[in-house]
Amino acid sequence: MLTCKDASHLISENQERPLGFRERWGLKMHLWMCVSCRRFERQMILLRQALRMLGKRAEVVDDSTEFPPEARERIRKALAERGDQEHDHSH
Amino acid sequence: MNTNVLGSPDAWLDEHGAALYKYALVHTRDEHKAEEAVQETLLAALQARDRFYGGASARTWLIGILKHKIMDMFRHDAREVQLEDPDALEDTEDSLADENFAPSGRWRDKLSNWGNPEELLERGQFMVILQRCLDALPPRLARLFMLREVMEENSENICQELAITPTNLWTMLYRARLGLRQCLDRNWVGNAVTAARR
Repeated sequence: MLTCKDASHLISENQERPLGFRERWGLKMHLWMCVSCRRFERQMILLRQALRMLGKRAEVVDDSTEFPPEARERIRKALAERGDQEHDHSH
Repeated sequence: MNTNVLGSPDAWLDEHGAALYKYALVHTRDEHKAEEAVQETLLAALQARDRFYGGASARTWLIGILKHKIMDMFRHDAREVQLEDPDALEDTEDSLADENFAPSGRWRDKLSNWGNPEELLERGQFMVILQRCLDALPPRLARLFMLREVMEENSENICQELAITPTNLWTMLYRARLGLRQCLDRNWVGNAVTAARR
């Protein structure tokens, strides 16, 4: 019989690889009896959704993140230096 | 002379700088690393701009380069941490399992019901706490977890890039998930759900 610890491992690994027949069956039996592990499973699905949302949001520009002007200037300088070098090489 | 649709590097910085910085900051959770990643990205873009034909938008193209740069940083950091303290991580992780499970392998406490997932995701507060909890993970776990879940890199690539076995990866992802769940539950979700029911 699977313990909750075993079951939680399988629930996590199910997001990474297809479970074998015995694993799936064992997990199913455990989940049938265990409300905590059913909740764990739902929470893991939610976690994955939330993290993907975080990734998508990262690609949208809004006012929530300040691009520090000093950082911008440092990068501008670095770009200008590199640009000059390339210009020199082409001559 | 540059007649490329991309425009000048200065123009990239003005148009896409903030977006790239935000993306880098979300993934690295570190202002210095974010700045470094943006700079590396624009320098790489400068060198590679002849290979950009305008098929994708400039923003998409730059984000693509940025992803690689962040991956490089993670890989570099992962090696360093491994060299520094091979045992420290094991200890935190063992204590994590002990906190969650009794010796019998059962949960120490019955897990709380987080309620309706859609509602939870719509609340901005949930995302804020999620980020804080990501910050609280051991750095190596956090990076690995970001690669897998936020950048949606596939397991095979991660194993190859970081030179770890799939079993290793699964174990570390499990520990990250267990830690995050616990942090979310303690810091907000569990309490908020309980409060809402009172």
